[in-house]
Amino acid sequence: MANVLPDLRYTREHEWAKKEGGRIRVGITAYAQEQLGDVVFVELPKVGAKLTAHQAFGVVESVKAVSDLFAPISGEVADANAELGQKPETVNQDPYGKGWMLVVSPSNAKEWEQLLTAAQYEEFLAQGAH
Amino acid sequence: MKRTPLFSAHLQAGARMVPFGGWEMPVQYRGIIEEHRTVRAAVGCFDVSHMGEFEIEGPGALATLQRLTTNDVAALEIGQVQYSLLCRADGGIVDDLTLYRLAEDRYLMVVNAGNIDKDWTHVTTAVPADGARWRNVSDATGLIAVQGPKAEALVGRLADQDVTRIGYYRFAHGKVGGVAALISRTGYTGEDGFELYVAAGETERLWKALLDGGRADGVAPIGLGARDTLRLEMRYALYGNDIDDTTNPLEAGLGWVVKPAKGDFLGRAAIEAMRAKGPARKLVGLEMADRSVARHGYPVVKDGAPTGIVTSGTFGPSVERSIALAYVATAHGAVGAELGVEIRGQAKPARVVKTPFHPPKVKKG
Repeated sequence: MANVLPDLRYTREHEWAKKEGGRIRVGITAYAQEQLGDVVFVELPKVGAKLTAHQAFGVVESVKAVSDLFAPISGEVADANAELGQKPETVNQDPYGKGWMLVVSPSNAKEWEQLLTAAQYEEFLAQGAH
Repeated sequence: MKRTPLFSAHLQAGARMVPFGGWEMPVQYRGIIEEHRTVRAAVGCFDVSHMGEFEIEGPGALATLQRLTTNDVAALEIGQVQYSLLCRADGGIVDDLTLYRLAEDRYLMVVNAGNIDKDWTHVTTAVPADGARWRNVSDATGLIAVQGPKAEALVGRLADQDVTRIGYYRFAHGKVGGVAALISRTGYTGEDGFELYVAAGETERLWKALLDGGRADGVAPIGLGARDTLRLEMRYALYGNDIDDTTNPLEAGLGWVVKPAKGDFLGRAAIEAMRAKGPARKLVGLEMADRSVARHGYPVVKDGAPTGIVTSGTFGPSVERSIALAYVATAHGAVGAELGVEIRGQAKPARVVKTPFHPPKVKKG
């Protein structure tokens, strides 16, 4: 089973969210990158773009497949990981670290509580859900 | 879903299995890009036992094959291999294949796994096999491709003969790792290498001999994912993606295996009619400006207007860019033409480039 970090929150689409002061850092989980295989392209919104929870905000392409990225929370993009343009494979190598995708200034703090906890996400994975 | 004799070996090696043409096949073991690079830099082993093999034997074999296939079978010597096509009367491609001349009146036809049933019906009914008999030996045959710059050293060490003497698109009979094999200097990667045909029951023994015997060479098992990126960098057509019943050999750039001077064959009149007129579309290589992947079925546009369709696309690990094959209007298909591929509603810049995308390193002569 791919690793799940205890202090993060998760979506059923396999994004993770991490509180950093008033902002939320977002990426995809170890399980997601493993399922995708070699990531070759990541398309992210620009700083200042508005996100809506559960809506697609970008895409990640692997050699075999293309997948939408879904916003864990609504808000405004405060930062996007420009490194992924040149080194998309970072998503495979370090999905919870250098492979992060966005930093978001959330517009609705309540949405955080609707995200899956690590235990809930682990259970979701254990059920074999995709 | 059908399984090859190596199914359990793949599971033990941690392969991710996927459905492919009715078969349960390994798409990757450790990762497509790593496997791709192993083949370009060292040597990899592919299970391609799902491919179909038909034998035809008898004094009428040559005449039957001349009527069925587009290339000139009379030019094929014993011990030689020929790339060819089966076509319909309307010029559509039934399958692409390799043909081996085993003896004076005996040939082996190797076809795509997903087409075995269709091809069998075609070859046994489209042309009367007067004085010849067909045999479908697909299930009895295992096939392992050994590809990469170190393939010759690896196969040579395990073989009972000097394999350096086998030229490109030539074959010999011998033993590899103690297993009786047809040793063919062919492949689908653009690297030097061999395809080893063995009895189905011996496939696993040969597989283990190759992986054990090639450790010092850095050998690894390679899945269908890397097989696809390797062949696409060479612009080798994949049946079902780039060619099918609705595509003509001339559009696909396969005119070099169509030999009308040899006499009549299925599809000849239609192909010659198209040759006289010039094909309206052609299969070209595209290079994307960014790393987004142009995938099968994505529209190709010229100045916003539709001009074609992508048939295969990937990120090429050796060329380190996003590449594709697409049918485009002949007028827009010249090398250097600036086109677009519609990806998620946006026309992404693409340029027509020379193919192969990556220089082939197959054995010369």
